[in-house]
Amino acid sequence: MSVANTMSSIVVDNIRVDLIERGDGRPLLFLHPGIGIEPTTTVLDRLAARWHVFAPVHPGFEHSEQPKSFDTVDDLAYFYLELLEHLDLRETVVAGVSFGGWIAAEIAIKSTERLSHLVLANAVGIKVGDRETRDIVDIYSISEREFVELAYFNPDVGTHDYKTMPDAQVHAAARNREATARYAWSPYMHDPKLKSRLHRIRIPTLVLWGASDRILSETYGRAYCAAIAGARFQMIEHAGHFPHLEQPEIFSDRIFAFVEEMPR
Amino acid sequence: MRVYQFSEQPYPDAWKDHGGSLRVNLPNRRCNPKIAADLFHRYYDEWLLADELGLDIMLNEHHQTATCMSSTVIVGLSVLARQTRRARLLVLGYPIGHRQDPLRVAEELATIDVISRGRLDMGFIRGVPYEFPCSNQNPVGVMDRFWESHDFIIKAMTSHDAPFNWESKHFHYRHANIWPRPWQQPHPPVWSTTGSKSNARALGERGYVMATLGTGYNTRALYDVYREGYMSKGRPAPTADRFAYLGLVAVATNEREAHERGERVASYLRSIAIVHPPFRNPPGYLSVEDNARLLRGETPPRSYTKDRRVIDMRSASVEELINAAILFCGTPDQVYQQIVDFCEYCGGMGNLLMMGHAGSMSHEDTVENLTLFATEVYPRLKEYRQPPAVAVQPARRSPVAVAGQ
Repeated sequence: MSVANTMSSIVVDNIRVDLIERGDGRPLLFLHPGIGIEPTTTVLDRLAARWHVFAPVHPGFEHSEQPKSFDTVDDLAYFYLELLEHLDLRETVVAGVSFGGWIAAEIAIKSTERLSHLVLANAVGIKVGDRETRDIVDIYSISEREFVELAYFNPDVGTHDYKTMPDAQVHAAARNREATARYAWSPYMHDPKLKSRLHRIRIPTLVLWGASDRILSETYGRAYCAAIAGARFQMIEHAGHFPHLEQPEIFSDRIFAFVEEMPR
Repeated sequence: MRVYQFSEQPYPDAWKDHGGSLRVNLPNRRCNPKIAADLFHRYYDEWLLADELGLDIMLNEHHQTATCMSSTVIVGLSVLARQTRRARLLVLGYPIGHRQDPLRVAEELATIDVISRGRLDMGFIRGVPYEFPCSNQNPVGVMDRFWESHDFIIKAMTSHDAPFNWESKHFHYRHANIWPRPWQQPHPPVWSTTGSKSNARALGERGYVMATLGTGYNTRALYDVYREGYMSKGRPAPTADRFAYLGLVAVATNEREAHERGERVASYLRSIAIVHPPFRNPPGYLSVEDNARLLRGETPPRSYTKDRRVIDMRSASVEELINAAILFCGTPDQVYQQIVDFCEYCGGMGNLLMMGHAGSMSHEDTVENLTLFATEVYPRLKEYRQPPAVAVQPARRSPVAVAGQ
C-alpha cells in the first residue's frame, strides 16, 4: 500500500468524498472532527505504521461533496456503513474524534457487523445534563480565539494564520464550519436518542479523553463510557478536545494496546 | 412614488449601558416595562400621524434586542390594521424561514388583510444574522426552508375549495384550509429584501417587490439582476413599483437643523454593529467564498457614494451618508432632489421606505420630520415621473432604456 501523503477520492452511493488511505494490515476507519483533517497530520502516519488507515473526509467537509439530502449525523452514519461495505472492510477498528466520535457511535448502534473495536475520543453526540445545562460549549457564541483556548492544552497547536494559508485550505476551513453547523446546529451537537441506544454497542469500546478539554467535561466523557457496557475510559494528559493532534503518539499507542488486549 | 414610514421601535435607554451588545444577550432587566409601554404608545401615535399625513406604514420585527422592541410584527399590524384608516401596512419583514408554523403565518396575515380591508403588503425575509441564536433555526440551508414556507403560505392563501395536504421536507399539514381567506386577490402583494445577486434574480423571476437596505450608490447592480430575472420569464421590463429602497430621512426648514436631525436618525446605523461579535456571522449565513474572504481579513465594501468612494455606514459622517444615498437629508428642496437623483440612478425606484424616526429621537422631533416631509416633499414626489423602465435582457447583461414605459 502507498505511504505517500496523498489524497484520493472515492464514490459511494453516488457521493464523492476525499479519502486518505495509508499503511497495511488491519483496517482502521478514522473519522475526523468538525475542524477537518490534514493529510500530513502525524496521527495518520503513526496509525499507518502498523495498520491500514482509511480516513475519509466527511460529506460536506473540506472538498468532499455535500449531498443535498444530508443534514443529520444519521445520514453520515449510513453513508459510512455503505463505505465499509463498498471497501469490503472487515474486523475494522472505527475511531472518531469529537464530531467524528459522534458519527462512530451512530454507526455502531446501527451495525457492528464489520467492526471489531470502537474508539471514541472526546466525542460529542449525547445529552447528559438537565435541560438547562449546556453540556457542550456553544462554539457559535464564542470567537475562534476563545475556541482555541478552550479546546487545546496548547493553543498554539490550533492557531492558524489564514492570511498566509493556501486558498484551498482557507476555503476548506470555511466549509468545515458550515458543514458542522449543518449537521449539529440543533439539537446542539447531539442526538437526543443516541444515549439510550448506546447499549446496543457490544464490541470492545475505548473512550479516550484529552484531560484539558474545556469544550466538554470529563463528567460528560465518563457518562458516555458508562452508557456502553464494558467500555473503558482513559485520560490523555497534555491534550484537550483533539488528543489526536496534541498527543498523536499516545493516542495511537493507546488504540494499538487496547485492540491487542481486548480481542473481539 | 409611495412612501412608507418606518421605525424599529427601539428602547433607547439601553444605549446608556449595553456592555458591548444590544442584541441577543443584553439582559432584559435593563428593560423597564413602564418605559417600554410609553414608547410603544408613542410609536403607534406616530404611525397614526403618518396615516393622517398620507404616508404608508412599514413595520418589522427582531428578537431579543433593544434596537427593536417589535418581536412579532403581528402585534403592531393588529393594532394598526384597526386604528389606521388608509395607509398601506407593509411588513418587512416576516422572517418565515425562522417560523415553526407557516400555517399560522398564513392565518395571521390573512386576518390582518381582512381587518385592514386589503391594505397589507407582506414582505418575507431571511432575517439578519443575530436572529439565528434566538430562533435556533439552522442558518445553514435556511433559504431552502424560507422558500418552502413561502410556497406553503401562498398555497394556503390561494386554496379556497377544499383543504389540501402538505408533506414536504420542512413542513407537514393534513388539512390546510385557512379562515378567513385574504381580502386581496389572489393574495396580498409579496415583497422581500436582498443584498445578494442570486436572490435578486430569484425575486425578479417571481416578480415580487424587491427592497434593498442601505445599499446606496451600489444598488443599481442588484436592480439590474432583478430586471434580468423578471424579463427571463417573458415579461416586459419591470416598472419602478417593483423596487423599494430603505433610506433614512431627515428634513428641516434649514440645512443646519436638518443635518442635526440627520445625525439623530443616523444613530440607527451607529447601533447596528453593537452586538457580541460571534453573533454577527453564524455559519452558513454567508457563502463559503465570502467566509473564506472574511477569514483572510477582507471585508467586502457595501456602501458607495455617488462618486464611487467606499464608506462605512456605521461610522460615516452625515455628509458622507447623504453622498451615499443612505440618508436623504436637508431642506425639502434638497431632500426632494436627493431622492430624485437616486431614482434616476436606479433606473426607477417606486417605494421609499423612509426611516423617519430612529434611536432616541423625541416625539416632537419625529412629528416635525414626518410632517415636513409629508407636506413639503411628498407631494412633489407624487408628481415626479420615474425614468422609463429599464430592460436587462437575460442573454446579454447590458441595460437598455425602453422608451414609453
